Amino acid sequence: MTNNRTNATAQPSTSPSMVSRGVRIFFGSWLSALLTLLSVAIILALIPAFRWAVLDAQWQAGPPELCHGAGACWSFIHAKLRLILFGLYPPEAQWRAFTVIVLIIALVLATLWPRLWGLRIIGLWAVGLAVMLVLMQGGVFGMSYVPTSKWGGLPITLLLAVLSLGLGFPIAVVLALGRRSKLPVARAVSILMIELVRGLPLVGLLFVAAILLPLFLPPDWTIDKLGRTLAALTIFAAAYLAEVIRGGLQGLSGGQVEAAQALGIPYWKTVWHIVLPQAIQKVIPPLTNTAIVMVKNTSLVLIVGVFDILSAARSAATDPAWPAPSTEAYLFVAAIYFIICTAIGWYSQHLEAGVKARSH
Amino acid sequence: MKTKMKILTALAMPAMLLAGTAQAQSGGTLAAVKERGRMVCGASQGTPGFGAPDDNGYWRGLDVETCRAVAVAVLGDMDAVDFVPLSGQQRIPALQTGEVDMLPRTMTWTLQRDANGINFTTPNYYEYTGFMMPKSLGISEVEGMTGATVCVQTGSTTELVVNDVSTKHDLDLSPVVFDNTSAARQAFFSGRCDALITDAGALASVRASMADNPDDYIIFPATPYADALTPAVRQGDDQWMDIVTWSIQALIAAENFGITQANVDEMLESDDPRIRRFLGTDPGNGAALGLSEDFAYQIVKALGNYGEVFERNVGMDSPLKLERGYNALYSDGGVMFPLAFQ
Amino acid sequence: MLRTLWYSDRLRSLVAQVALLGGLVGLLFWLGNNTASNLAERGIRTGLDFLSRPARFPISESVIRYDPSDSFLWAFAVGIGNTLWLSFLTIVLATLGGLLLALARLSGHPLLTRLGRSYVTLFRNIPLIVQLLFFYGIATSVFPAPRDALNPVPGVFLSLRGVYAPALEIAPGGGLFLVLCGLSLVGVALALRSRHLRGRHMPRALRLVLGVAGWAGFCVALWAAMERPIGLDLPELTGLNFRGGTYLSPEFAAVLIGLVLYTSAFTGEIIRGGIEAIARGQWEAGRALGLSERHIMFRIILPQALRVIVPPMTSQYLSTVKNTTLAVAVGYPELGLIVNTVTNQTGQALESILIMLAVFLTISLSVSALMNLYNARIALVER
Repeated sequence: MTNNRTNATAQPSTSPSMVSRGVRIFFGSWLSALLTLLSVAIILALIPAFRWAVLDAQWQAGPPELCHGAGACWSFIHAKLRLILFGLYPPEAQWRAFTVIVLIIALVLATLWPRLWGLRIIGLWAVGLAVMLVLMQGGVFGMSYVPTSKWGGLPITLLLAVLSLGLGFPIAVVLALGRRSKLPVARAVSILMIELVRGLPLVGLLFVAAILLPLFLPPDWTIDKLGRTLAALTIFAAAYLAEVIRGGLQGLSGGQVEAAQALGIPYWKTVWHIVLPQAIQKVIPPLTNTAIVMVKNTSLVLIVGVFDILSAARSAATDPAWPAPSTEAYLFVAAIYFIICTAIGWYSQHLEAGVKARSH
Repeated sequence: MKTKMKILTALAMPAMLLAGTAQAQSGGTLAAVKERGRMVCGASQGTPGFGAPDDNGYWRGLDVETCRAVAVAVLGDMDAVDFVPLSGQQRIPALQTGEVDMLPRTMTWTLQRDANGINFTTPNYYEYTGFMMPKSLGISEVEGMTGATVCVQTGSTTELVVNDVSTKHDLDLSPVVFDNTSAARQAFFSGRCDALITDAGALASVRASMADNPDDYIIFPATPYADALTPAVRQGDDQWMDIVTWSIQALIAAENFGITQANVDEMLESDDPRIRRFLGTDPGNGAALGLSEDFAYQIVKALGNYGEVFERNVGMDSPLKLERGYNALYSDGGVMFPLAFQ
Repeated sequence: MLRTLWYSDRLRSLVAQVALLGGLVGLLFWLGNNTASNLAERGIRTGLDFLSRPARFPISESVIRYDPSDSFLWAFAVGIGNTLWLSFLTIVLATLGGLLLALARLSGHPLLTRLGRSYVTLFRNIPLIVQLLFFYGIATSVFPAPRDALNPVPGVFLSLRGVYAPALEIAPGGGLFLVLCGLSLVGVALALRSRHLRGRHMPRALRLVLGVAGWAGFCVALWAAMERPIGLDLPELTGLNFRGGTYLSPEFAAVLIGLVLYTSAFTGEIIRGGIEAIARGQWEAGRALGLSERHIMFRIILPQALRVIVPPMTSQYLSTVKNTTLAVAVGYPELGLIVNTVTNQTGQALESILIMLAVFLTISLSVSALMNLYNARIALVER
């Protein structure tokens, strides 16, 4: 019976007009009619949420008294924008934090351009990050000193994501090479490190970094909380990146390395000039995927009390002057993460399409 | 090869920058603080009146000013302090591992804590643990709380108090435990719990700063016992412990002597030998602690006496409007007792 | 000449390995040494003897029975129980959700496919912890106070305190009653299938109805005869809160909903990928043989797709177990929150955190091992 039905839908329609085609797609069989009804039901169920967030919402900037209707209170975001974006960073110095955000976006955009890939972009990032850290910390060139305990908001989120990926990458390369090394000790150590970190929840690593790390180090080494959090994120990123890079290394034919060896090219040169460029190019989509994961993971620093954009939004939402604004605050933060992550995702798809086009 | 080195150094740079805060701490906390030129204090994640940044990010509160008093004594500058917000769970490890030099963070002086890696200096606030409930529930004492849901924040003695109270009065309280102060408070005001439990002072702070209408809420004691909230320091540095103890004591003693921020300069002319020793006009005290002779004078000059600090942050001049109660001087019926500066 | 080169190569790798091993051992030794001296110098209590002391702190909800007079060790066990229970529910529900999502995206229905895709994009690109906080914010702000609880179905109450629903109350004879009732159901089913009955000229539907009615009658009679061994425990508002019934706290609800919605987006993509990996030709072959769509899906495509699906699904399940630690942000007492509290009460951060890490490593490694075993069993046997 089912079979007959699908055969009927598969037959070419006799009248090719739009309407009849539409009818066939949406109501051609019992099944498709049911699915259409289901979809419409889902969409109808979303209407109240849309009304709340858009139609009934208060978009105007102003005091809390504006928000007494049934809709969302976006005035709250307007009033708390500085606190959410910059945290406790001193207001008169917030232009510095803003510059850092702009710099990061500019550098990311520059990185999107494949022609710059290579040493130049690495150098650019190194200089850029140094500038950003100097801007954030201040204390030189007449800028006031801002301790890391006052850093907060979006710059923290972006810096943690970029630095953990950037610092984790070289470690990941070493671990991935180690895991495929012929030396048993190097292989065992790499496998141990990778599997250990991947077997643990990031929250556990953050606990270790925030509470235990100072115990492991000599008493005269104090690294502040932000630095320790970054260390945990870096190790975490390194373990996951290493597995991705290993995937790329596995796809390479051994012949190339042997050929290089036969030509007497030293191991590290072979790796740097021949193996890595090819391996990394192969795994760009999963690499961008890991980047998305790390951007999302920076939000966990809330648990150890680092004042990232999510913590800032949460503390902004505790202001009693505003009627229960936590939904709006979290939606705003969710939107920022969503924009960053989908942008990386789109870029990855674009690259993938490019690679496919070239290989055909 | 050269390029590779360049990349490596480039990559290592931000790491080095972040690690740049590493400091030498050998030679005791005093030497470390002097070398750094700044003091680091643990702070709460926002308890207005006791420790919270204001709209400009400047930290204010009773605990915060206690820390500033020490900074004045050691560095001569009440603003040479960085405050690190710590959760209840992180505060003790942060002190033990040297992340902060002093922990004035509404922390109860208990035997278990004292015996386990930290030293308490001298209480800067006495308070009972209280419940806050909406008046609309019509309950004003612990005995009526049967079946109530209580919002608790982990990392405090209050977790134990909930259990003790529940067992003692057979109340069957159901706790909802949060790892974060603001989460616990938000949950209470959203109606998730019937009651919020914490130090009564902090409750007053929460009520004044977070309630739509503070008069809608009632605060009552959870136990008949009061606790001493006491700034703590690391174990094993006796000199630093003395400095913190006597800097806090300077605030209390100044009130006892009748010395205020306004009259401290006149008091330098005092004939009372005890006041002269206190202010350093007659030397000896400062050198004994390894501080400048006029450290107590500097503290009072910068912050005033304990009474002024109290009124400004939690008393009648603040939104909290707390009575002095236990925290009055012993001569006024409280338990604040000045030690002898000699 | 060649021989010496080979030897020197071997020597070099040996030296490198010894150096690596030495460095690693040295590093561990250095860290251990630092820790020991730090602990001693700062007078931090160490050792595991605290585990047997009474915990004294409350835990708001647990699948394992807990009382504050129990030991710290038991408190950890309670945390592990909560973590596993939450993980288990999430995995089951997210697998079902993922299956529905994958079917929606593969349905070929233009509207439903797009809805499925939007769902995946939306939920995958927002951090889980933001979603958890969002749902918790909703759970504790939209519903009324207990006194004005919503009461959609008799016995079910929705309020800020969570969901209260009737619970089964099993009296001493309850087990026996359930067993007898179950056995009689099996008996009826066997009777219906027996040739003896099938021989009679009675319509199939009628036979089924009669059988079920007979069974139900027997059970009701038994229930009455045994003096109501099983009853409903209805929640009731007494004083400040509801008493009785089963209870779903807002914390648990928010964490479960958030985890399931988030994880479904990933499992859905894994299942879809698995099904799409099976060549289209199989569908066509199936159709050519005159099999129904349902038959092709469940008998041909899914079994093969499972082989593709299982490995990524394993790692997704493991991530889910690890993701439960985020529940700490909304106050559900899983292992992470218990570790927080214990650290606080005892000051023994080192031991508590190491216990947490050990538990997660054990879970991760054993799930990997189990899945590898399963993988080996269902892997394609090449002939």
